[in-house]
Amino acid sequence: MTLSFMLLAAIAILGAAAAMNLKTAVHCVLALTLGMVGLAALYLQLGAQFVGLTQVLVYVGAVAILAVFAIMLTRSRTGETLAPGSVSSRLSGALTALLVFAVLAWAILTGVSPQPLSGAQPEASVREVGVALMQRFVLPLEIIGVLLTAALIGAGVLAIEEKGGDR
Amino acid sequence: MNSLSSYLLLSAVLFSIGLSGALIRRNAILVLIGIELMLNAANLNFIAFWRYGRHPEMLTGVMFVIFSIGVAAAEAAVGLSIIVAVYRHFRTTDLDKINFLKG
Repeated sequence: MTLSFMLLAAIAILGAAAAMNLKTAVHCVLALTLGMVGLAALYLQLGAQFVGLTQVLVYVGAVAILAVFAIMLTRSRTGETLAPGSVSSRLSGALTALLVFAVLAWAILTGVSPQPLSGAQPEASVREVGVALMQRFVLPLEIIGVLLTAALIGAGVLAIEEKGGDR
Repeated sequence: MNSLSSYLLLSAVLFSIGLSGALIRRNAILVLIGIELMLNAANLNFIAFWRYGRHPEMLTGVMFVIFSIGVAAAEAAVGLSIIVAVYRHFRTTDLDKINFLKG
């Protein structure tokens, strides 16, 4: 574990925890972008350049803007009231998450072999990723294109204002 | 503890934070954000296994994450537009107050 990993992990965890705990919805989204930037930096540190840059583009760029717009469109008139749930529901939620983490941590700490893994740093340069996308993964690429088009049209249809309805 | 386990542990922490948020928060948008966090924790696992696993030149982990990000973007767009549509109907995004499906 290097110092850079510690720092980036701290940024990611801090952003994620703030995104789930802050009181104002917009602040939560801003904290989420901080966590996503930390994750993108971790991807870059692991040698996955294209994924890191895609993470910044998609999450810090698109998804965060989308979430802010959704918050803006759904703001209640009486001001921002993010009332937390009842004490029992919060407690059970936190307990469930803690249990899941305990199981995951147990599996990781006992399951991963302790001997050193391959030390060679692999490089997924943008060129290699592009060549792979155009050769081995060309069918999934086409399918994801169709999926994104369908999602775009579907989101537009869902969010469009209903005219002439009974409301 | 080698570096693979530290990445996996970080991913487990992020997943648990997202899960707790998705379970505890009552605002639909914040629940969606919690789900995004869980997806990203899974993506970190893919990249960590690609980096430290065998045959990294096959780029399987990287490809999986790229397609996963694409699907997550589609999911976020559709999910947020559903939330906007539900808000038009119920005038709230509080999940405790959205309690029937009839339009």
